[in-house]
Order: sequence, then structure tokens, then C-alpha cells
Amino acid sequence: MSRLAVDNLGISFGGVTALTDVSFNVEAGEIFAIIGPNGAGKTTLFNIVSGLYPPRQGRVLLNDEDVTGLPPFKLARRGLSRTFQNLQVFFRMSAVDNVMVGRHMHEKRNVIAHLFTLPSVLEQNRVTRAKAEELLAFVDLSDVTDRPAGNLPYGALRRLEIARALATEPKILLLDEPAAGCNPVETEEIDNVIQKIAATGVAVVLVEHDMKLVMKISHRIHVLDQGHTIAQGSAAQVRTDERVIAAYLGRHGQREAGRA
Amino acid sequence: MRRFFDSPYAVVLVLAVVVAILPLALPSLFYLRVAALICIFALAVVGLNLLIGFAGQVSLGHAGFFGIGAYAVAIGPTHLGVPPWLALIAGAAAAGIVAFLVGRPILRLRGHYLAVATLGMGLLFAMVFANESAWTGGPDGMPVPRLEVFGWRISGPWSWYWIAGVTLVIGAWIAANVIASPTGRALRAIHDSETAAQVLGIDVARYKLIAFVLSAVYAAVAGAYLAMFDGLVTPEAAGFLRSIEFVTMAVLGGLGSTLGGIVGAALLVLLPQLLTVFHDYEHIALGLVMILVMIFVPAGIVPSLATLLGWKRS
Repeated sequence: MSRLAVDNLGISFGGVTALTDVSFNVEAGEIFAIIGPNGAGKTTLFNIVSGLYPPRQGRVLLNDEDVTGLPPFKLARRGLSRTFQNLQVFFRMSAVDNVMVGRHMHEKRNVIAHLFTLPSVLEQNRVTRAKAEELLAFVDLSDVTDRPAGNLPYGALRRLEIARALATEPKILLLDEPAAGCNPVETEEIDNVIQKIAATGVAVVLVEHDMKLVMKISHRIHVLDQGHTIAQGSAAQVRTDERVIAAYLGRHGQREAGRA
Repeated sequence: MRRFFDSPYAVVLVLAVVVAILPLALPSLFYLRVAALICIFALAVVGLNLLIGFAGQVSLGHAGFFGIGAYAVAIGPTHLGVPPWLALIAGAAAAGIVAFLVGRPILRLRGHYLAVATLGMGLLFAMVFANESAWTGGPDGMPVPRLEVFGWRISGPWSWYWIAGVTLVIGAWIAANVIASPTGRALRAIHDSETAAQVLGIDVARYKLIAFVLSAVYAAVAGAYLAMFDGLVTPEAAGFLRSIEFVTMAVLGGLGSTLGGIVGAALLVLLPQLLTVFHDYEHIALGLVMILVMIFVPAGIVPSLATLLGWKRS
């Protein structure tokens, strides 16, 4: 049973086909990378899998269950979480509040109790905050716990989104360019964090342009070009695939990827 | 100081103290009457702030709910023989139910589209109140019987000051509770990024609806109070300008700040009372105030002051 299976997925926007017949599956504990040039359809693929766009054709399965077309919040309740390439941080909230929002599904959502702050609500807030602080420590952001997210540097925001996504206790985690705009030290930290997440049995799907990072940590790599799958396999296989080199890596990229 | 003002309950405490001692400082019944009006309007704005300031959903039609509360306490006792206190509760419930029914389809709209839809909703209510003369007395309005509780007839500024003041404190306390709860976090999350909120498992439609219904109930209670206080209700209670007034109060004081909503309400009730020369130009002054606030203190008076004085992390 695959944690995530994508079956013949396709979508078009106003007659322009963005994805055609894309299929793959991801297993528990696996780090699965999706790479390809800009406009290849990587983020579109994430948006379909996470329920933001309905696909024109094909199916998405979580744990062998067809979830195609379900709204994002229902997918979240089935164990899917994600981060965003263009950050979707709650900028007016503190770092810890951002992560606390991620605990939403695991909290009691009785609005009447909330109106009158019954003792159970206070206790729950304490538990939620403790869990959020734990996750901030996991991504090394403990020192900015109560800072407004709007004041945090870019690299910290990337990790904050990961902590927030983890707060939902996902079984499948989609990371959209987690290292974009990060310096080498921050990239190294994110590399460690991703490997730790996968080690806990989470299926991690990664879209990333940093080829050193991708080649180093991915178990399998899926390559898209103009909405089509052009290759899939281990880092070694993909790196030497002529079509991948022609469409995306180029000669320089191939050397870069080889250094990982 | 900073820690204190970061807590939403600090505002409730300060407010309770102010409401308790304010009458001692007021020189005449006229000012007590003004203070009662401030509490009534502030109540509506505290509720509206949950919707606009926290959930980030604009409504230009909340006077409609204010009107439902106001006409409930007029129509209930007059036409249906319902005691005024029961009509008050029924009015608040009716506003909540109407908000639920109207909110489900229109809260799917975003930004300007939602603003225009709520505007239409408000106009619709005002039209019903003006045209159903058999029930509402038409454009001239209708008298509202005095509130009676256990045979005690409540009227006059003193009684209404205390009723409105205590209700405002309770309303601010409930708002603080909501803000500090998972519901409040969900609302603030929706304000900043609906997409991220959904992906984290938040049923965005449900929480927008919760904020809409809550704010409608606040507005209805305030409307009922004003009608009983005045002893009269007219369709203007539910008019477009009243809706704009609510939004102006919330924006002027500071969106996302309960204290801000109250300060905004106080200023907009006080201005025309104190500057009687402006009476004819009230709505021009209202527009001018809005423009100046947007230019010079876009975050609103209270949040800007708090930042200035270092009470709040910027």
C-alpha cells in the first residue's frame, strides 16, 4: 500500500495543458523528489494533490483511498500536509501561534466552550502550545517563539512552515522548494530536518531546484518537463539520463548533481 | 506593561473598571445618555471586529442585523404579545439564524465581492423594514415598549447605562475568549492566508460563518438595546449609513483590537454630540475622518498608540 499514489493526472488552464498523464507513488519513510525546469508543472502537481485544484483527469489516492476532488481541509484530516513555494505564513501571528494553528485538527472544536473559555479550553491551549514549542525546537526556532512571524528572516520562515505542517502530524508531507532563498548553512539545516522527518515514517514529496540537496537526500526522483514525465529513478539513474540532461540539468547541472 | 497589554483580558479588565467609575465623572444625565449610547454602539463594533478585524471578512450590511434586533423588540410586544425581554432574545436568535442562512452562500465570495454582497443584504433588510408598514410602521417607524423585568420597568439613562455597560464588558470578555481559543486562531489564520488555513485542516467556510453569526448576534443585541432605550425604531436603524458607521468605528479605532473598536465607537458617538455645529455635516465629517485615518494611522488609533508607547511588539 502506497502512502500517496498519483494516477494519470492531467490538468489544463484555458486550453493550455499544464500536466499530462503523470503517475507515481510514494511509500512511507521515502523521500521522493520532483524536479524539472520552471513551468514543468511541479507546483501545479502539488496544488492538485493537496486539493487546491481539481484535476481534469486522473486520480489521487491516499493509503489506497481515492481522494480526488476532496477539499484541502479534508485531505489534511487524512494525513496530507504541505508547505508553499511562495510562503503562506500567517504574518500577523507570532511564530508559536503559527505552529499552534497547525494543531487545529487535533484540538476540540466546540465553539460554545470557546465562547466561555471553559477550563478544558485553557488546558488544551497549554497542551497545544507545549507541542508547538517542541516543534519549533525541532526546526531550531526556539529563540523566536513569541516573535511576530512578519519579522522573521526568510530561512526561518521556510522552517516555520515546515514546523507548522508537521504540527498536523502528517503521514504525507509535500515540501515546495523548502530550500529556496536559503544560504548554504540554512540549506544544510533543512536537509537534516527533512531526513529526520522521513525517518519517522512520513512520506516526503519534495519539489526543489537545489540539485545537491535533491541528489543527496532523495530515495527516488521524478522528472517533469512541460507537464510530462521524462524520467524516474534513483539519483544516479536520473543524473545520467540524456533526456534529463537535455531538458533540465545541462552539463553544468550534471556536474553539480554529481558532487552530492 | 507590555505583557499586560498583550493579553486580551487586560482590555476586559480596564473596560470593567472604566464602566464602573465613569458615571462618577459625568456632570449630567446628558453625558450619561451619551455614555449609554457609546456602550450600545461599542457592543455592535466589538462583534463586527471579530468578523472584519480577526477573520478579515468585510461586511457593509451589519445594520441589517442591528435592525432585526431593533424591530424584534418593537414587533414582538406590539403585535405578538411577547414580553420585551423574550423579544430581545428572539431577535438575537433570529439575527443569528438569518446570518447563518445568508452567510452560507455569500461568505464564499472574497474581498470586494463579499463587501458588495453584504451591502446588498443590508439594503434588502432596510427596504423590508420601510415597506412592511403593517408590521413595522413603514418609513415613520414604530414605538418600542419599555423593557420590563420582574415587573420592574426599565427606562432612563441610568438603567440603560448599566445594562449596556455590563453587556459590553461581557461582550468584550466573550470576544477575548474567542480570540484566545482554537476558533480565534483559525479566524486569524484565515485572515492571513486562506490557502494555508485550509491545508492545515481548517474548514474555512465554517469559521467564516461562525464569525458572521457571532457578529450578527452582537449587532442584534445592540440594536434591540438602542430601540428600547429610544422607545422608537425607524428604518434608519438598519440603513446603509449605519452599516458604514459601524465599519468606520472599527477601522478608526483599529481593526483586530477590541479596545480599538470601543474607542472608535466612543469617538464617533461623541463627535456629533460635542460639535453640534457639525450636525448638518455629520456624514461629511465621517468621510473626512475615514480618509485622514487611512492616510495617517492606517492601523487605527489604538494599535498605533500602543506601538508608539511601546506596549506592543511592533
